Amino acid sequence: MGVMKRVSLVFKAKANRALDKMEDPRETLDYSYQRQLELLTKVRRGVADVATSRKRVELQMNQLQQQANKLQDQARKALSMGRDDLAREALTRKSSAQSQLDELQAQYAQLQAEEEKLTVASQRLQAKVDAFRTRKETIKATYTAAEAQTRINEAFSGISEEMGDVGMAIQRAEDKTAQMQARAGAIDELMASGALDDVGGRRDDIQSELDMMSANSDVERELARLKGELTASAPKQIEGSGGAPNGDATAAQGYQAPQQSQGPYAPQYAPPQQPQQPQQPPQPPQPQQSQEAQEAQEAQPAGLPVADLPGLAGEPQDGDGS
Amino acid sequence: MIVRILGEGQFKVDDAFAAELNQLDTDLEAAVEQGDEAAFAAALTRLLAQVHAQGAPLPPDILEPSELILPHEDSSMAEVRKLLTDEGLIPG
Repeated sequence: MGVMKRVSLVFKAKANRALDKMEDPRETLDYSYQRQLELLTKVRRGVADVATSRKRVELQMNQLQQQANKLQDQARKALSMGRDDLAREALTRKSSAQSQLDELQAQYAQLQAEEEKLTVASQRLQAKVDAFRTRKETIKATYTAAEAQTRINEAFSGISEEMGDVGMAIQRAEDKTAQMQARAGAIDELMASGALDDVGGRRDDIQSELDMMSANSDVERELARLKGELTASAPKQIEGSGGAPNGDATAAQGYQAPQQSQGPYAPQYAPPQQPQQPQQPPQPPQPQQSQEAQEAQEAQPAGLPVADLPGLAGEPQDGDGS
Repeated sequence: MIVRILGEGQFKVDDAFAAELNQLDTDLEAAVEQGDEAAFAAALTRLLAQVHAQGAPLPPDILEPSELILPHEDSSMAEVRKLLTDEGLIPG
């Protein structure tokens, strides 16, 4: 006996066992119908699950594709900056992202096929369940034990085979979906770890190095530009001063002005000395000091420490001498 | 004769092709017994192709059990072995 026949017998055996469990054949019909409806619900949920899973994979594939494109751009940019090492790193990562993408694409195709099959299976089951319901009502209406039994068996075998088939289809779809989700989860983890640098990821060291390089070159360019401006404007000042002697009186007055302003400049330089005042001996102790000391301080505001220094310096000298 | 391909539904195949299908089925069975995965895949593909070529899909609202039931296209040999046991893959 071949495979086909044996599989068919296994299905029939299962159906017969289920039938035997029921005492009243009409009970079998109702019970079976309940199970069919449950299975239909399960199939529809299965289709929705597969679709959700497929969409997630789709999203992830898009991300990986973007990442691969971005790494390609980075490699090109790095090469144009003469950084072969960085370009090589970017291309290595790109190939890693690409291989993940290829595997995902294969699984995606499988999942899509599974979804289509399950959708068709669900429609088929729906049609069979409807047919069964009609048949069930007819059998119940014309019920005479002996006659009904065979018709019930027929209807039940027919539907239970379909249910077995659809049940297996759901199982397969669930397994594939679980595999897919496991892979998607693994890729998520890879992306989070930075090994496959997510798009706009926080740990994109290649991008940051490229950015740094281009920032540096921007700085250099700006520096060169400023230098250029300076060297260009310096001769102009010389030209201006050179022109003054040849010019009229206003030019000469203009030159006097800075000299005059040296007077005002001198007081302006005084303020920097003011901050030194707090460094002078603290004021609170002053009242405790003797009048003489205060007078001495007032006499030589800045001189006090200086006056002390020779004495202080003298002590060690004395020490050395003794 | 009604033939079911798991995952695809039922097909009505003219009895005239029964002998041919049985021959292909014998090949399939031999491959399973020998554990020859390549021969198994080839035999299954031929068998399914034959049912597709000669069978007409049965309307889904027909409640008839199938005389022959075939594994789905990408079944592995292990899956078919399980199908052949009562405890196997078939739910319920």
